Amino acid sequence: MNPHAKKARQFLADTERADWQDKALWAVRQKRDLAVYAVKEWEELREQASRIKENVLSNLDNYLLQFEEAAISNGAQVHWAFDADRFNEIVLKIINVNTAVKVVKSKSMLTEECGLNHFLESYGIEITDTDLGERIIQLRGEPPSHIVLPAIHLKREEVSELFHEKLQTEKGNSDPTYLTSAARKHLREKFLEAEIAITGVNFAVAETGTVVVCTNEGNADMGVHSAPVQIHCMGIEKIIPRNIDLGVFTRLLARSATGQPITTYTSLYRKPKPGGQMHIIIVDNGRSEHLGNPVHRNSLKCIRCGACMNTCPVYRRSGGHSYGSIIPGPIGSILSPIKEMKEKQDLPFASSLCGSCSDVCPVKVDIHRQIYSWRQEISEKKLFPVTKNIILNLAGKVLSRNGIYNFTGKTARWILRNVSRKLVYSKINTWGLGRELPEPPRESFKEWFKKNNKIN
Amino acid sequence: MNTGIKNSRIGLFIPCYIDLFYPHVGIATLELLQKLGLHVFYPLKQTCCGQPLANSGAEKKAIPVYHNFVKNFAEFDYIISPSGSCVYHVREHYDILEQTDEVIYVRKNTFELCEFLTDVIHVTDLKVRFPHKVGIHQSCHGLRGLKLGKASEIVAEKYSKLEQLLRHAEGLEIIKLDREDECCGFGGTFSVFEPDISVKMGNARICDHEKNGAEIITATDMSCLMHLEGIIRRQKKAIKVMHIAEILNSNSL
Repeated sequence: MNPHAKKARQFLADTERADWQDKALWAVRQKRDLAVYAVKEWEELREQASRIKENVLSNLDNYLLQFEEAAISNGAQVHWAFDADRFNEIVLKIINVNTAVKVVKSKSMLTEECGLNHFLESYGIEITDTDLGERIIQLRGEPPSHIVLPAIHLKREEVSELFHEKLQTEKGNSDPTYLTSAARKHLREKFLEAEIAITGVNFAVAETGTVVVCTNEGNADMGVHSAPVQIHCMGIEKIIPRNIDLGVFTRLLARSATGQPITTYTSLYRKPKPGGQMHIIIVDNGRSEHLGNPVHRNSLKCIRCGACMNTCPVYRRSGGHSYGSIIPGPIGSILSPIKEMKEKQDLPFASSLCGSCSDVCPVKVDIHRQIYSWRQEISEKKLFPVTKNIILNLAGKVLSRNGIYNFTGKTARWILRNVSRKLVYSKINTWGLGRELPEPPRESFKEWFKKNNKIN
Repeated sequence: MNTGIKNSRIGLFIPCYIDLFYPHVGIATLELLQKLGLHVFYPLKQTCCGQPLANSGAEKKAIPVYHNFVKNFAEFDYIISPSGSCVYHVREHYDILEQTDEVIYVRKNTFELCEFLTDVIHVTDLKVRFPHKVGIHQSCHGLRGLKLGKASEIVAEKYSKLEQLLRHAEGLEIIKLDREDECCGFGGTFSVFEPDISVKMGNARICDHEKNGAEIITATDMSCLMHLEGIIRRQKKAIKVMHIAEILNSNSL
């Protein structure tokens, strides 16, 4: 059994939790449906967003330079990081130059990708995630299970227990309002102490040098406004050309992510506050190579809304942690193999290829087609186990030759009729774990046709 | 139906798992097309569309299977199959073959049974009586690949070619599901490589139909139904599965 299937089995062993997880995520998908059905031009918006992103990917070098020039003239300092190590070092250097030790961070998948928290902690820096969900999983010492709802795998009782232990809340009080206000109080202290505020970036506008951060908790603003030094971290693909393009994406992002018309806060950061510093770190970390891959470059359009996770029937029933990658779900299954094809070869197979992900995607990433392509690429790189290859070779021979095909079918039906149930439903028959095999008919359609129909 | 179509030669493709395990679905398809006055041929050297290999990542190994399909069906005016998934595979994934006139022709003229009935011959009366409560399982490749209906993710006018056909059946009541088009979890070899999730998804699909009072689950793909039937029989449930061709071919008035 492959790693994803194994972890999914563990996840499903707790039926009650698994069903609850499926329902919770499906509710988000339903909220999304209600929100997008109200926008008549939804499909045109998706098409427009997709084309804007295609344009960006085709002219990325120019847009990045245009963005840098505008940002510098606004008074920001722009840094370029080739990979995760360089990125982490740049952040550390900014912190050290400012002789800081306390850092607050609002949600950024990029810093997860680069392992920034662990890196800074190893240098004695205190880094606090200020998004509520992120803070919960940070206190638990585990990775996010969803890119928008990082703690969706936890029930409030578990959060209550965690807060009791870490934030000294009342034992057994799992009232959401009580827990949220306790977290808020705790985070306010962190904001007030912070010397540096780090944020992710949802969009970076090339013509104005502005970075845009969308949050529901206002935590990016709290950090940026209270700390003297602000650092914004962005992947090179976050660029959009013009300010007016932003309207297309803000309309798509929140509706797709949570079913809100817009996030509570859409913060546009353009220049440092008086006496402050504004740093923007532009990170490649494999994206240029990804851009050069004609089959998969399309996935760089992703705006990280998480809609493909909420809709995916496999994700909803295996949980985010079963994917073993920073970005789980359908989009994670096509992003992860770009860097680690061998290690993540199970992910493109963790899909029934239902195609719901591609239809729900606000920027039209053809996710299910790319999953299919990854399967071919993984097979051609000869990464399959030997037995799987033997079976596939055999199947190729059987299915392409009428004679062997008929004979094999006949044999299969004979086995199902005559071999003992114990043998047919042995451990290696994974179909039989929860299902009966079809009842074998006396004859195949072909045999029936030969006897009964003279047309041919 | 115009006389052009009446005189056309129809090639019937019966997918491998229907041929081997569900011959009655093949028979229902054949009888239905013949009742409509069509000339149906069944080339005996046909095997499979190649999808089981390709979805497992071995599309190169499926090329001889693709060639066998094209060779068997290139001579017909229309190629019809009671499977949205296989038809989608021929149209979408035979792009790796050299695009000869024959290959292009076959890809263009291969139709899933329901879309052939609604879009090509425009059936207006099927003279069927089927007094049962039926739930439609929207097989994904038919729904999202062949666009046999509007997927719930998409913002557009609602339509369903399956419903359009089932409305011809007297006494048939289409029941509403909580999740109108969620995947059943079959997914080809996904069903054996990820058996736990696959069965979990199948169970959810069956429960949705049971909860809303369906006596029968129908679909355009017997593969989804083979998976659901396997779960139903294991759990000794009362609900039944029937391919849509069986319903459309039942009890003529």
